[in-house]
Amino acid sequence: MSLWQKHAIFEKNSIVLVIGILIVIAIGGLVEIVPLFYLKNTIEKVEGVRPYTPLELAGRNIYVREGCYLCHSQMIRPLRDEVERYGHYSLAAESMYDRPFQWGSKRTGPDLARVGGKYSDDWHRDHLRNPRSVVPGSVMPDYGWLEKTELNYAHVDADMKVLALEGVPYTAEMIADAGKDVVTQATTDSPDAGDLAKRYPKAQSRDFDGDPKRITEADALIAYLQMLGTEVDFKLYDDKANIR
Amino acid sequence: MANALAPQKQMTFGEGGMALAFVALALLSIVVAAKAYTPEYAFHAYLFTAASVAAVFAIINRYYNRSTETPPLTIDGKPNYNMGPVKFASFASVFWGLAGFSVGLYIALELAYPGLNLDISYITFGRLRPLHTSAVIFAFGGNVLIATSFYVVQRTCRARLAGDLAPWFVVLGYNFFIVIAGTGYLLGITQSKEYAEPEWYSDLFLTVVWVTYFLVYLGTIMRRTEPHIYVANWFYLAFILTIAVLHLGNNAAVPVSLFSPKSYIVWSGVQDAMVQWWYGHNAVGFFLTAGFLAIMYYFIPKRAERPIYSYRLSIIHFWALIFLYIWAGPHHLHYTALPDWAQTLGMTFSIMLWMPSWGGMINGIMTLSGAWDKLRTDPVLRMLVVSVAFYGMSTFEGPMMSVKVVNSLSHYTDWTIGHVHSGALGWVGYVSFGALYCLIPWLWNRPLYSLKLVNWHFWISTIGIVLYITSMWVSGILQGLMWRAYTPLGFLEYSFVETVEAMHPFYVIRALGGFLFLTGALIMAFNLWKTVTSTEAAAPAHVTLAPAE
Repeated sequence: MSLWQKHAIFEKNSIVLVIGILIVIAIGGLVEIVPLFYLKNTIEKVEGVRPYTPLELAGRNIYVREGCYLCHSQMIRPLRDEVERYGHYSLAAESMYDRPFQWGSKRTGPDLARVGGKYSDDWHRDHLRNPRSVVPGSVMPDYGWLEKTELNYAHVDADMKVLALEGVPYTAEMIADAGKDVVTQATTDSPDAGDLAKRYPKAQSRDFDGDPKRITEADALIAYLQMLGTEVDFKLYDDKANIR
Repeated sequence: MANALAPQKQMTFGEGGMALAFVALALLSIVVAAKAYTPEYAFHAYLFTAASVAAVFAIINRYYNRSTETPPLTIDGKPNYNMGPVKFASFASVFWGLAGFSVGLYIALELAYPGLNLDISYITFGRLRPLHTSAVIFAFGGNVLIATSFYVVQRTCRARLAGDLAPWFVVLGYNFFIVIAGTGYLLGITQSKEYAEPEWYSDLFLTVVWVTYFLVYLGTIMRRTEPHIYVANWFYLAFILTIAVLHLGNNAAVPVSLFSPKSYIVWSGVQDAMVQWWYGHNAVGFFLTAGFLAIMYYFIPKRAERPIYSYRLSIIHFWALIFLYIWAGPHHLHYTALPDWAQTLGMTFSIMLWMPSWGGMINGIMTLSGAWDKLRTDPVLRMLVVSVAFYGMSTFEGPMMSVKVVNSLSHYTDWTIGHVHSGALGWVGYVSFGALYCLIPWLWNRPLYSLKLVNWHFWISTIGIVLYITSMWVSGILQGLMWRAYTPLGFLEYSFVETVEAMHPFYVIRALGGFLFLTGALIMAFNLWKTVTSTEAAAPAHVTLAPAE
């Protein structure tokens, strides 16, 4: 009986009630979140994961802007059918530079974690313009305006500065050359392509949207889609070394 | 006043300070608008300018029109309740509800008939879907919570709402945040973090509004003339506090510039995923559950004219619910790159969460002990009780879906969407409608226009909910099974697009369900409008509010 009466302290003192609530709700979050920042096995040690090139970053920001994650996941689960359908299951390391993460929660469309290199640039351009022209049963919206809208990359270096501040390893050189790198990567046979690939290994440089005269939002988005899931070479990856 | 001279009217510190703050905000937002990186952001800056200027005018205008004294706390020994902000928020909730349900119906149709996207950027599924979720959760639900919490805290504390301008700032500021967030989605301004899409400047503004909300709420409780804080207020307090913590944690971001709408979240990858679902699941747990349980704890006993079934159960289930809910986030990340220990913790606590959830359900439903006959005669009470039944159903389904084996099938499919809507339409929707059917007649002191229309609302939307959740169960489980189906030779049986095509009939049925739910809400809006505009005064109510013990 007396225990129940002791609860009156919460019912009669608003500040005690507030403090009680704060303590009770703090515990679960602290236990689940804080260790993720210091347990070393949270993110596997992997070769090949690098920050996004300025063009890929701009493309990713279009992906974020359009809310693609609402229908497309970027997280392949270690289940037989998913690995066969989409490729090797996703590693935590592969999204270590993703702000925000885009793992998604719904697959109205297929997973995109390893869509890079699966389809040609032309396919992507046609698909964005009218998805049903290449996949008749698709319910995806048309994104025809992307190839008509010039990419605004005037401030992409400011974006990279903020990311560097948050811990993404962009060097001062990468930030200074951001605008130039956008043009290089969106141009077929650019003489600076090799230079870009030194700073961003495996970076693919070409005109992605089929319109070499302009750099459009479609260029950036396709550049991003074509690199998704291609960074880690799974022939060299030893999954036994990273057992969690 | 004994003094023969009339006292001088003086601007209060709050009025002067707030007017100055809004002048400063107006100036700042003009500068931002001029130097904004994108026209969309400039548009938002101009909206901030316009709203700030309007606020300054409203404050000055109110000052000239008000009497010399600020409103008394009591009149003839009775509390002088402040119901203006409550009235505004209850109206806003109906408006946003209709808007949010309509957008939901439209995006349901877009999935069934993708031509409806019309190749217009503003209305593609990806931009409208956050508009739908934010409009129903934060605009409709949020206004219901603000309206009922400001009503309930005053009545159960027998005290006038704390603050003079502050409650108005909460209500109007919150709705302005909704406008900024909603127009932002259409214009492509989003963080693309589920249920936390608004960008940094909207988040900052909401933080100011939310802290004010907390202070007004706590200040009113401190003014109470009742010795005990009623159980509904515990839930409202937990909701307000926890949402503040979650909002700050999940939106920790660095803006690219004062002149850019874009920001980058400080968490990345797997940590961002965990923080996001710590936030996301507890937006469900504290916004859509704790807040609406508070509504249940006031409106069901009032409407049934019975005391709460068990005081002890309310204590146990309150503390257990808020303790356990926080742990449940990782069940959104089963089989992902989140470490297994975190997934297992999330699953374990999700299953345990079933118990306090049903504790709340039992406490709500059993409050009708001795008054069950009212279910036959009072459709408003029926709506409230059925909402608690839906709560029980979806809080059983949730723990079941958090079991990893079940989740491997249900995750990424429409089953999740169906589960969310059994909670959202059945529980949150119905308890809100029930509360509005009580609250609006009380606030305007008018009898409810038509109980018959409430009955129609109830049955039409119930059929809508049943169509919605059953079609999503079938489509979700069907799609999950198709994804993992193998031919006898060991090949995947279906291509992805075949599983998309199989969803079409269920998407059409789902849209029909949504249409019925919207129809019900339109009937409610008509009924409430006729209630407010009628000239008939309500019969004097006999007040039988029992204290917490």
